[in-house]
Amino acid sequence: MTTLRPDLSIIAENIRAGSRVLDVGCGDGALMAALRDQKQVDARGLEIESANVSAAVARGLAVVQGDADTDLADYPDKGFDYAILSQTLQTTRRPDLVLDQLLRIGGQAFVSFPNFAQWKIRFAHLINGRMPVTKQLPHRWYDTPNIHHVTIRDFKSFVAERDYAIKGEWYLSGEKERSVRGANLLAEHAVFLLERG
Amino acid sequence: MNDDGRFGLDRRTKLLGPVKLDSGASFAPVEFAYETYGTLNADKSNAILICHALTGDQYVASTHPVTGKPGWWTRMVGEGKPVDPDRHCIICINVLGSCMGSSGPASFDPASDAPYGMDFPVITIADMVRAQAILLDHLGIEKLACVIGGSMGGMLALTFVSLFPDRVQSAIVIASTARHSAQNIAFHEVGRQAIMADPHWQNGGYYGSVDQPDAGLAVARMAAHITYLSEEGLTQKFGRQLQDRPDGTKGTKTFGFDADFQVESYLRHQGLSFVERFDANSYLYITRAMDYYDLAEAHGGSLAAAFKNTKTRFCLISFDTDWLYPTIESKRVVRALNAAGAAASFVELSSPFGHDAFLLDAPEMNRIVDGFLKAGGL
Repeated sequence: MTTLRPDLSIIAENIRAGSRVLDVGCGDGALMAALRDQKQVDARGLEIESANVSAAVARGLAVVQGDADTDLADYPDKGFDYAILSQTLQTTRRPDLVLDQLLRIGGQAFVSFPNFAQWKIRFAHLINGRMPVTKQLPHRWYDTPNIHHVTIRDFKSFVAERDYAIKGEWYLSGEKERSVRGANLLAEHAVFLLERG
Repeated sequence: MNDDGRFGLDRRTKLLGPVKLDSGASFAPVEFAYETYGTLNADKSNAILICHALTGDQYVASTHPVTGKPGWWTRMVGEGKPVDPDRHCIICINVLGSCMGSSGPASFDPASDAPYGMDFPVITIADMVRAQAILLDHLGIEKLACVIGGSMGGMLALTFVSLFPDRVQSAIVIASTARHSAQNIAFHEVGRQAIMADPHWQNGGYYGSVDQPDAGLAVARMAAHITYLSEEGLTQKFGRQLQDRPDGTKGTKTFGFDADFQVESYLRHQGLSFVERFDANSYLYITRAMDYYDLAEAHGGSLAAAFKNTKTRFCLISFDTDWLYPTIESKRVVRALNAAGAAASFVELSSPFGHDAFLLDAPEMNRIVDGFLKAGGL
């Protein structure tokens, strides 16, 4: 699983072989293909971009074109062992409702997102007084698909409010995993494994 | 299979049936006109059924005997194409009710020694599928690796899965729907009324008569043809351009009712060439079958129930400018498949050509169909 994006590779390593997975915002299906080929996972995907869906279906994956904000309601309760939302949370109109749907559909949910409280981003704000444009968040304020920025601390407090349980947490700086200590300041990305409390 | 007369181009057979019709009637014997391409492998695991659209036929990848034109889906079916006779055993059957050799209103009724005409029973999409299953039995094909159809063909494919879930491993449904909408029915009714208002229709008893309901059928085709295109496509192709006159005058108005506009001339040509190859009564019967079609109806109104416990893999494709069976209709099916826990793929492709896009050059569609079939080991 070396070719996967680091957050996807963490998710892939922690998914039970042979399980049923729904990848919400699956892109071109890179994670789904890896899960299918290496862990015999029955993977389904939801993706908004037509070109990505075409690419995923052409590689033999079961991917449906749709919008996480509106189309998750179609899926039955506990239809999957895992629901995955990687790098997509911050692009949804209602991240809170999307997360609720994930934990309705999946027994557990993997969620990964860029941490908006990472020091480089804080620095851009503090020193330049500008919306940050970084390697992880390369868009400008007007063309960014990331409409709901979130920090690790925000996310954890949301999870607590909703009474969801954190079953796993991983933090990344660049390609490397880093420790939980100071994560909100130092980590570029976070990956959480959630469960209904 | 080389010397097996059941397989090959332009096959005809008459089977005892009967087809148990949704109307309660029974239809027998049943004539079938069909083509097969490629060879059924030893474990009979490579059979692909292609279902044609309203005015389509079995000549999916071979020359049409009346028009002399190439098969209607040579972009999808053929050597090196996603559906490939080198690898697949491809079957395409003229649907019950049609006029290219399978039983329909123009066929000979053994009970009356004359063509059926309006004595042909009113049939449904499910009846067409039941008939196809009888022919597949005859061919010794118990399981289909895939059933593929666009437009009405997609309705047949969906219906095939719901009637015979254990006989279909995968289904590809393109530019189609799970039910005919009020608008769909309305357009069909215009076509039927055009045919029936033609005095030459003679209550369907025009066979053997010099006068044929060609004018009515041509108008029906013209109205329907508009629904197969998009405003964008029509504008691109014709805009408001005027025809050149036969005397060589360049595009001027005649201040009369000739086909001044190029789009008029085009539609008239579509209507006229259609009557050369299609039977007016078949047009009535098949459009009626499509109007009756509502897959959820037999399942208490729940489309998801039509696919309950299905093991079939599905691939649905829609086109963004198709207003006959728009994307929202494919999404309804996808929603039901998701609710049923089925393995479904769906994508909306972009094309300026409206409903007809599935018959035209669409490399993205081919890539998707190819990938989907190969993922099923085909």
